[in-house]
Amino acid sequence: MDFFTRKRSASSAKERLQLVLVHDRTDLTPGQLESLKDDLLKAISQYIEIDPDAVRIELEKDGRSQRLVADIPLKSSSRHRAG
Amino acid sequence: MTAQVFTVTSGKGGVGKTTAVANLATALAMDGKRVVCIDGDIGLRNLDVVMGLENRIVYDIVDVIEGRCKLKQAMIRDKHYPEMYLIPAAQTRDKNAVSPSDMVRICNDLKPDADFIIIDSPAGIERGFRNAIAAADRVLVVTNPEVSAVRDADRVVGILEAEEKSNPALIINRLNPALVKNNDMLSAEDVLDLLGIRLIGIVPEDENVIIGSNRGTPIVTDAKSRAGMAFRNIARRLQGDDVPFMDLAPQSGLWNAIQRLAGRK
Ligand SMILES: Nc1ncnc2c1ncn2[C@@H]1O[C@H](COP(=O)(O)OP(=O)(O)OP(=O)(O)O)[C@@H](O)[C@H]1O
Ligand SMILES: [Mg+2]
Repeated sequence: MDFFTRKRSASSAKERLQLVLVHDRTDLTPGQLESLKDDLLKAISQYIEIDPDAVRIELEKDGRSQRLVADIPLKSSSRHRAG
Repeated sequence: MTAQVFTVTSGKGGVGKTTAVANLATALAMDGKRVVCIDGDIGLRNLDVVMGLENRIVYDIVDVIEGRCKLKQAMIRDKHYPEMYLIPAAQTRDKNAVSPSDMVRICNDLKPDADFIIIDSPAGIERGFRNAIAAADRVLVVTNPEVSAVRDADRVVGILEAEEKSNPALIINRLNPALVKNNDMLSAEDVLDLLGIRLIGIVPEDENVIIGSNRGTPIVTDAKSRAGMAFRNIARRLQGDDVPFMDLAPQSGLWNAIQRLAGRK
C-alpha cells in the first residue's frame, strides 16, 4: 500500500458502512437489489423505450428511513416509435 | 415521584455498557439521586466487580424471581453512596431464568423508592437483551467509532423501533481524538449521520477507565479524568439539564505543558 496516497481509513469506513446499513435495514442483499432493478427495467421497457445504461436505481438513506430512488432517462424518440 | 428506567445496550459486546452503567449510576448518586442498578447479564455477572461490590453479594435477581428472598435482600448498598444499590445478575447458565415480565414487575416494585433505575444489558439481541429493554422508559445505545460496533448499534436501533421503544439516545464511547483528527477513526458526526439517532454523550478513550475498574471505583469519582467528566455530563443530561458537549480536540504536548505550568492539571 502506498502510504502517502492512500485514502484515510475513516472515509472508507463511512462509505462501507453507508452501504451495509442500507442493505441491513431493508433486508435486501446486493444480489436481490440487482434482480429488483432488472425486473423494474423489464416492466418499464414494455411501455417505453429506455436506455438501460443510463438508468440509475439506488437505495438512499434519509435519516432512519430508506427510499428507492430511480432515475430512468427515456430515449427521445420513444414517443414516435411507440405511436 | 417515580423512578425513570434507563437501559444501556449495544448489540456488539465489549463496547462499554457495564462501564457506562457503573459510571452513570455513580454520577447520579454523586448528584444526590437515589439509584438502583440492575445487572441484566445473566450468567456473565460483571457490574458487581466494576462497582467494587462483589464481596457483598448474598442473593441475586434470580433468587428474587424464584422467591428465595425478598427484593430488598438482593439490593446491595454501595460502599460510598448509601442511596445507590445494585441488584446482581445470577451466574446460572439457564438463560430463561428471567423473563421480560419479571423485569417489568421488579422495576415497578422499585420505582416508588428510587429516582433512577439503570439496567445493564448483555450483548446480542437475544432473550437477555429483550429482558433488559422490557421495562425501559428510555434506551441508551452505546457504540464505538468502529465499523462492526456501528453496524450492530444500527441493528439494535432497528429492533427498538420495531418494538416501539423509540427515541433511543446514543453514547459514543472510546473516541480517540488524535485518530479522528488524522481521519483514521470515524468522527462523532460520522457515527451520528450513519445511525440517525439523538446523541447524549461522547466518551473519549481514557486509560483511567481501566484503572477505575481495577479498583472497583468508577472513574466519575476522579475529577481530572476526561472520560469521568464525559460520564458526569451524560448523567446531568439524563436529569434533563442542557449541558454543552466537551471539546475533545486532541491536546498537544505543548498545551498540556502550559496547563501543567499554570497549575491546571
Ligand atoms: N472510554 C474508555 N476508555 C478506555 N477503556 C474503556 C472505555 N470504556 C470501556 N473501556 C474498557 O473496555 C472494556 C469493555 O468494557 P465493558 O465491560 O464496560 O463493556 P461491555 O459492553 O459491558 O461488555 P460485554 O458486552 O461483555 O458486557 C473494559 O476493559 C473497559 O475497561
Ligand atoms: Mg457488560
